[in-house]
Amino acid sequence: MAQATLPPEVLDDAKARRYSADAAGLGRLRAGAFVAPALALISLFLVFPALWVLYLGLSNYRLTGAAAAAPQSVGFDNFVKALTDPEFWNSTWLTFEFVLGSAVIGQVVLGFLLAWIMRDRTGPLKRIVEGLVILAWILPSAVVSFLWVALLDRDDGTLNTLLHSQDFAPLLDHPMLSIIVFNTWRGAAFSMMLYGAALGNVPPSHLESARLAGASGWQQLRDVVFPHIRGHVLTNLLLISLWTFNDFTPFLLTAGGPDGKTEVLAVHVYQVALQGGELGYGAAVSTVILLINLVVAVFYLRLLRSKK
Amino acid sequence: MTRFVLHRIGFYVLIAVLLAFFTVPLLWLASAPFTSDPTYQVRLPDFTSENFRAILDNPYALGSLWNSVVLAAGTAVLVVVFAALAAYALSRVRLPGRDALLYTLLLLSSIITGTAAMVPLFQLAVELHLIDSQLGLILIMTGGLLPAAIFMMKDFMDSTPKSYEESARVFGASPLQIVRHVVVPLVRPGLATIAVWAVANVWGNFLMPYLLLSDVEKQPAAVIMYTLYTEGGQANIKLLATFGLLYSVPVVLMYLFVSKKYGFRFHGGIKR
Repeated sequence: MAQATLPPEVLDDAKARRYSADAAGLGRLRAGAFVAPALALISLFLVFPALWVLYLGLSNYRLTGAAAAAPQSVGFDNFVKALTDPEFWNSTWLTFEFVLGSAVIGQVVLGFLLAWIMRDRTGPLKRIVEGLVILAWILPSAVVSFLWVALLDRDDGTLNTLLHSQDFAPLLDHPMLSIIVFNTWRGAAFSMMLYGAALGNVPPSHLESARLAGASGWQQLRDVVFPHIRGHVLTNLLLISLWTFNDFTPFLLTAGGPDGKTEVLAVHVYQVALQGGELGYGAAVSTVILLINLVVAVFYLRLLRSKK
Repeated sequence: MTRFVLHRIGFYVLIAVLLAFFTVPLLWLASAPFTSDPTYQVRLPDFTSENFRAILDNPYALGSLWNSVVLAAGTAVLVVVFAALAAYALSRVRLPGRDALLYTLLLLSSIITGTAAMVPLFQLAVELHLIDSQLGLILIMTGGLLPAAIFMMKDFMDSTPKSYEESARVFGASPLQIVRHVVVPLVRPGLATIAVWAVANVWGNFLMPYLLLSDVEKQPAAVIMYTLYTEGGQANIKLLATFGLLYSVPVVLMYLFVSKKYGFRFHGGIKR
């Protein structure tokens, strides 16, 4: 469910109004009936769980035992417990490292670099590079996770072969760095495509005059390109941060280990609630995740509105 | 002149490094299925088809691929039908509270992720006896995908001209006939896009089936793949190689199909 969102023009009211006339004579009643099944499923399986998580977070619900049969309200105990639990803060910090390293730095920089060096190119080289980057993005996460497990294997992983090293086990020795590099590899395609589209909007004449005026490559980037793509950069940052923050794929590589060194919040919730059975406490952590998502999403929607 | 040459060299070195970074992790998937006695090492394949027998020998491999097909197809059908109906109504009829509804849908689709909702969804599935039910999983995943699907679909609906519907109405077609025979053909590319997007989403989804299906005979390929490389003892590398390849091929074919047919245009953010 890590999907997302829409082009800005969706919110374009003027366009919508032009075509909004009820040309087929549907009428409000039938229109309501058309919307009903979708709303029913969304309410039951999306809205209700989101509200219920708030309630669960205030209870001592457990997967098994007495508290499973008759859960009781415990007020804000779960939240207090989370906020005083070093493991929660450890996970929060790891999540911050993961989002900052793999999304804000890794995917943005690599995605932009790819879009920038491919911007004027056509032909097979561009198709091959883009094809491979996109392949990393579209393959199922269970498959790419295993490919990285094989790549980083201590005994005969390809990385050890390439480095002529022995017994180098990145997933054990540098687990956080491993999942950051993995996620950068995995998700760079989105940023590449977004910046590719954005760079297409930079008028070539502006770049040309900057070049004639003797601007260096870096100056061209900063003074000509960046002002044109600023909105895209912000959109990109918000979306990939949101996705990376909610990404469960690190679990497939390291299952949070070794010793909880890669237990980002997504994995932490799974471990405490579904492995440990503390559903109430897990729900409290989920509530924190929901609130962070809400803040980022509201920022994003504000941004879309202001662009209009 | 030397500056130009250095520039060129630098450029190609950079390209080579980037290509290597993206290619090396994928090499194994291309070589191991066709190599005799594969290990984690990447070796030149000798093009044996021996390894594919491992799939037939495993009792769950083919079944899990079929389960993936069932889950993906079931979810895609429900998402396309319900999203199309809702998007059409929302596009053409000014229902009370429509704009607020659309805004809320948009917000919900981005904040209520599998990660944030796994605890209550698991609870809900237990209460409704939907654990180990493929239909239950299909409904849950449909609910998760619908908001974004309605949004994308409404975009398609808004950009179709209403004049066809008007003329059909002049000729006495009923509203439902108009929807079926005029609107559906007009927005077919949109329907196809949503269907492919939903299939891709479900095909790769690991978390939901992992949470909600514990019966190994019902689990889709994503979960079986994970079990294969994490279960205790010696991992069956022949099986992992060929199974991983078979599980990946449909996604690649779908991508090629979409990019050939519609061009992989970039639409804000359709992500799997």
